[in-house]
Amino acid sequence: MLAERAPLIRSNDVRLESPAAGSLAAQRAAIVSMAQVRFAWAGRVAFSLGIETFALALGERLLLIGPSGSGKSTFLGLLCGINAPRSGHIEILGTDITALSASARDGFRAEHFGIIFQMFNLLPYASVMDNVLLPLSFAPRRRARARAAGSAEKDAARLLIGLGLEGSFSARAAELSVGQQQRVAAARALIGAPELIVADEPTSALDRDHQYAFLELLFQRASEAGSTLIMVSHDVSLAPRFDRVLALDAVAVARYGAGA
Amino acid sequence: MIVLRLALLSLRNRWLTALLTVSAIAISIALLLGVEKVRMGARQSFADTISGTDLIVGARSGSLNLLLYSVFRIGNATNNISWASYQDLAARPDVAWSVPLSLGDSHRGFRVLGTTPEYFRHYKFRQSQALTFSAGQPFADLFDAVIGADVAAALGYKLGDRVIIAHGLGSVSFLEHDDKPFRIAGILVKTGTPVDRTVHVSLEAIEAIHVDWQSGARIPGQSVTAEDVRRMDLTPKAITAVLIGLKSKLATFRLQRAINEYRPEPLTAILPGAALQELWALVATAETALTAVSAMVVITAFLGMVTMILTTLNERRREMAILRSVGARPRTVLGLLMAEAGVLTIAGIALGIVLLYAALMLLQPFVDAAYGLHLPVAPPRPGEWVTLGIIVLAGTMAGLLPALRAYRLSLADGMTVRT
Repeated sequence: MLAERAPLIRSNDVRLESPAAGSLAAQRAAIVSMAQVRFAWAGRVAFSLGIETFALALGERLLLIGPSGSGKSTFLGLLCGINAPRSGHIEILGTDITALSASARDGFRAEHFGIIFQMFNLLPYASVMDNVLLPLSFAPRRRARARAAGSAEKDAARLLIGLGLEGSFSARAAELSVGQQQRVAAARALIGAPELIVADEPTSALDRDHQYAFLELLFQRASEAGSTLIMVSHDVSLAPRFDRVLALDAVAVARYGAGA
Repeated sequence: MIVLRLALLSLRNRWLTALLTVSAIAISIALLLGVEKVRMGARQSFADTISGTDLIVGARSGSLNLLLYSVFRIGNATNNISWASYQDLAARPDVAWSVPLSLGDSHRGFRVLGTTPEYFRHYKFRQSQALTFSAGQPFADLFDAVIGADVAAALGYKLGDRVIIAHGLGSVSFLEHDDKPFRIAGILVKTGTPVDRTVHVSLEAIEAIHVDWQSGARIPGQSVTAEDVRRMDLTPKAITAVLIGLKSKLATFRLQRAINEYRPEPLTAILPGAALQELWALVATAETALTAVSAMVVITAFLGMVTMILTTLNERRREMAILRSVGARPRTVLGLLMAEAGVLTIAGIALGIVLLYAALMLLQPFVDAAYGLHLPVAPPRPGEWVTLGIIVLAGTMAGLLPALRAYRLSLADGMTVRT
């Protein structure tokens, strides 16, 4: 159904259909590229994941379609440097993160990734502002970028207002609605303008209207920050809003059981 | 640092369990320090009771027994010393001063001590402090009495009051020397020693009130009035113990040996400090047991804390996944949980110290009055700070157990929240 080979070329095809892609046409450099990645996990259920090639262009908006059990968590874990593969290369922003130590990968993730989960994104007892500022304590360069606006708090406020969350900065995260919480999570992912935004089904807890509104805001803010966006979802209906759509099982082959 | 602030916020979010944990630690710390305070207070009280006396002499008995009945008014003498032996002793060239003591009577639960006016000059307590009078003076008349501060306070006596001495040591006695009442001639300033609970009279007075007594009861038909008794020879026949001060400390052991080998009568001479050491050795086991019990209580409190942190770990996996997703290292998660344990321990210690000093200030007058135990409200000594430092370290280390579990969980979970 969807692309299997040469994702870069395919991405050009999709971009033609996408109204928002124009400004990115000039930039073709890959921000992420994976090759011959093998991951195996010997837990109670043996599991392995293989990725032949995968690439993501700078400024691109990619939707990965994958049902649960398709190795989505593992794929994202590899991308974000939580999991280390047995073999292969994962190059992000010119750095082969498989060559980094676990804690260097954690630092790398802090600097270059903004991550949004499906739900329960926030520390419920902390304020909205604290939740947004949280990544900056692990990422000095993002902190410096956020402070360029005057102060990190000012930059966080700008993002929160841009996401329609004025007036609730000091509220406890647990007091917000699910939709509001997802927008706070978006602000946290965007603060300090990381190069990559990774969203794991960020809209599945929202109703249809809010899904589109949330995506629209996320796209706007991501392009303002110059961030590349990769989103994983099982919802094919979101596809028209992305530059490129890939089936996760075409990118990463998951195997369960003894043969894994 | 936002991470530390978040740890505190997280604790505040679980304030009830956190508060209970801190309280458990606080109580255990208050107990541990309290036991130490009582121990030191007791030792100090005992050590402060006698000072400047080189030897205590009594009838042949254990040195501890002699020390306890002569100085602390605990227990009874096994036997007396004859007046002749005392005079022989007092006349020895090494002896600078000697104070005879005669015990055995009481006044409404307070012991009566027969002695000489020399007692008020030579008895010293707490680093050579002498007894001082808050009112009156040493006994001059035969039926004069000098009372300690606690006696005066408890019985409401003032100068010139008449008191009757009972035979024996019970607080309610049917055998009273009621035909020979005493007049309060002096009241002593509080010393924090058994002197406060003693009624002092002259040796002659002790003799006088027993003149018409035999074997613990009045001789029927033989009554000597208070006026008649003044004309009698009141030289004591026997005394209970003697406090001795020497001209030179160098003579201490020589004289001690001489007294222990005294031919005419079996006697025992002790050095107060050495006898106290014997006492400490005796109670050391009990002290160790008390300290061990309070250490166990501290350990129990730590177990409670570890349990508390462990039970919250599962519901906090989301928190850890979020921290990992924003770039926190697994060892940051480890540090966070250890910091949590450290914060709980420090809060527990702080609250424990507050509890202890509040209790000390509240109970001090009561304990002083009821047990003669002076508990000083002094800041913890360096040794106690070291103990507290070790406890903070131990508490933080106890946090290692849940922290390592969280570390493993967060390595396994990564950014995924498994619930």
